[in-house]
Amino acid sequence: MTVEFKNSRRQMLKLLAAGSGLLVFPIGSLVASERKPTADGKYIPYWAYAVDTTRCIGCCACMRACRDENDVPEGVFRTWVERYRVDRDGEVKVDVATGNDHVFEPVEGEVNRAFFVPKLCNHCAKSVCNQVCPVGAAFNTPDGVVLVDQAHCIGCGYCVQACPYGSRFINPDKHVADKCTFCYHRITQGMAPACVLTCPRDARLFGDLNDPKSRLNVLLRQRPYRLLKPEMGTHPECYYLGLDREVV
Amino acid sequence: MDFVFPNELNVTWTVMIVLYPYITGLVAGAFIVSSLYHVFGRYELKAVARFSLASAFVFLLFAPLPLVIHLGQPQRAFNIMITPNFTSAMAGFGFIYTAYLIVVVLEIWFVMRSSFIERAKGTGLISFFCRAILLFNLYEDEATQRADQKIAKFLAGLGIPMACLLHGYVGFLFGSLKANPWWSTPLMFVIFVFSAIVSGISVLIFHYLLVSRLNGWKIDQPCVRSMARYLWGFMIVAVSLELLELMSIAYKQTEEWEVLGMLIREKLFVSYVVLQYLVFSLVPFILLGINSLFTLRDRLANVMIWIAAMMLLVQVLLMRWNVVVGGQLVSKSMRGFTSYFPGVWEKEGLAVALVIFTLPFGILWLFHKIVPLFPDVEKYQD
Repeated sequence: MTVEFKNSRRQMLKLLAAGSGLLVFPIGSLVASERKPTADGKYIPYWAYAVDTTRCIGCCACMRACRDENDVPEGVFRTWVERYRVDRDGEVKVDVATGNDHVFEPVEGEVNRAFFVPKLCNHCAKSVCNQVCPVGAAFNTPDGVVLVDQAHCIGCGYCVQACPYGSRFINPDKHVADKCTFCYHRITQGMAPACVLTCPRDARLFGDLNDPKSRLNVLLRQRPYRLLKPEMGTHPECYYLGLDREVV
Repeated sequence: MDFVFPNELNVTWTVMIVLYPYITGLVAGAFIVSSLYHVFGRYELKAVARFSLASAFVFLLFAPLPLVIHLGQPQRAFNIMITPNFTSAMAGFGFIYTAYLIVVVLEIWFVMRSSFIERAKGTGLISFFCRAILLFNLYEDEATQRADQKIAKFLAGLGIPMACLLHGYVGFLFGSLKANPWWSTPLMFVIFVFSAIVSGISVLIFHYLLVSRLNGWKIDQPCVRSMARYLWGFMIVAVSLELLELMSIAYKQTEEWEVLGMLIREKLFVSYVVLQYLVFSLVPFILLGINSLFTLRDRLANVMIWIAAMMLLVQVLLMRWNVVVGGQLVSKSMRGFTSYFPGVWEKEGLAVALVIFTLPFGILWLFHKIVPLFPDVEKYQD
C-alpha cells in the first residue's frame, strides 16, 4: 500500500515553515496577545510578576519591606524566600527565614548547589481561592490582581485550604483572610510594590502584560520561565525565570 | 521531609471543623433511621421512630454552632446567604441547611401533632407553648390523622435525598479541594454519607439502650437487633469505601503517595491505622457480625451491640479527625508535615467541643419532657 502526497512541494514547505514557527514562537507573547488592552476606550493594565531566581541572594529585604509596608503580623507571611540546598547525594533541604529578623541560619556541612526562590501570591487568572469563597469576598480585579474584601470576609478559611501555594492565611489580628495584594495601594498610584522596590538584585520584577514593550513582557519573550503547579489549572500570573526543577 | 510553607505552620481548621461534619453526620444518620420506618415500612423500628426524628432535629439545631464559633467574623455569618458566591461549594450550606431544617421541623409537626394536642389540653406554660406550636388549632379526627400521616410520609421521603445532600455536601467541601491530596477525591462525599449513616444509627442504639437501662424500660429487642444489622451493613460499606480509596492511591504509587504514605505511616499511624481501623472498626465489625449471624441471649446481645455502637461513634469521630486535621498536616510543598494538638480551654478547644456535643442531648431530654419520644415503652418485667 502506498501513500500519495497530494500537496505540492510548495504547500509542504509552507506547512513546515508554519510548524517550525509555532515551535519557536515564544510563550510569553502568546500570554500577552491574549490580553484585552482596552475596555470602554480606557486603557487597563494587566499586572503580573516575575521572579528571577538566578539573581536572588536570599537577603530577605523583600520580606521585611512587605511586613513594614502592609503591617503583616508576625508568624504569617505575604511573601517569603525559600532557600534550597542540594547535597552531593541529591538530597534537597529547604528552609525559610521565618524569624522576626528574616535572616537565614548559617549552613553547616557540604552543599553541592544552593539557590533562593522568593514566593508570593500567584494572582492566578483562574484563582481557586476566589472560586471557593462562599461570600464573594475574594475577587480578581480587571487589572489582574487577586484581592480580599476584608470588610466582607467571614474568616472561614476555605480559601486558605484551597490555595495550592500556601499564599493565604488568616490574619491573627483582623481574623479575616489575608494575602499579597501586589501592594495594590502603591501600584494604582504608579509605584512599584514594596518588595520589588527594595530588592537590591532586581530579582523581583513587576509589570504590565498588556504593554508589549514593558520590561516584563520583553523578559518573558526572551527567557525561559516556569509557572508553579501549572497542573492545578489556576493560570498563575507569577512567572519564575530560571526556576530549578526541585521547586514546587 | 521537613519543609512546610511558612503560612502552614498554623493549622486553620481545627476541633470545630472536626465536630461540624460529625454532628451533621449524626443528623443525616438519625433521619435515615426514622425514614426507614416512615417511608420504607420497616415497622420493627417503630420504637425509635420518633426518637430518631427528634434526635435528627436536635443535632441539626446545633450543627452550625461549631461553624459559627470557628468563623473569624461570626457577626458576618449571614453573608453566606445574603451575598452567596455560587461558585463556592460552601455557599450552598445556608440554603441546604435551612431547607432541611424546615423539612425536619414540618415532619416532626405532622408526626407528633396528636401528642402535642394531648399536651396542649392542660394548663400552664408548656401547654400554652404546645398550643402555640399547633397554631392554636387543637382539632383532630381520623381524617386529619390520615392527612398528617400522608404528609409526614411525603416529608420523610423528601428528607432522605436532602439528608444525603446535606452530608454529601460536607464531603464535597473537602473532596473538591484540588490543592489537598488527602482530601481531593470524588469518593469523599460518598464516604461521608455512609459514615454519617453509621454514626447516626450508632448514636440511636447507644442512646436508646442507655436511657432504657437507666429508666428501667423494656427494650424492644427486634428493633435493637434490626438496627444492629443495619449498622453492620452500613459500616461494612463505609469502611470498605475508605479502604478502597486508600488502596487505590497506594497501588497507583503516584507522587502523592510518597507523601500520603508517610502521613499514614508516621503522623496518623496511631489515630488512623491503630485506632480508626484496627480498634474502632475491627472490634465493632466482629461484635456486630456475631450478633447478625448468631442468635445470642438478649442481655448479652444488647451489651455487645451497645459497645459496638459506642465504638463506632468514636470511629466516625476519628475518621472526621483524620480527614480534617490529617489533610492539613501535609504541606502543599509536598516536602514535609506540620503538627497539631488541640488545646482544652481555647476558643476552638476540646472543652467547648464537649459542651456543644452535650447540648443536643439536653434539648432532646427537654423535648421528651414535653412530648414523649417513647410512647409505647413498658417497665421492665424481669
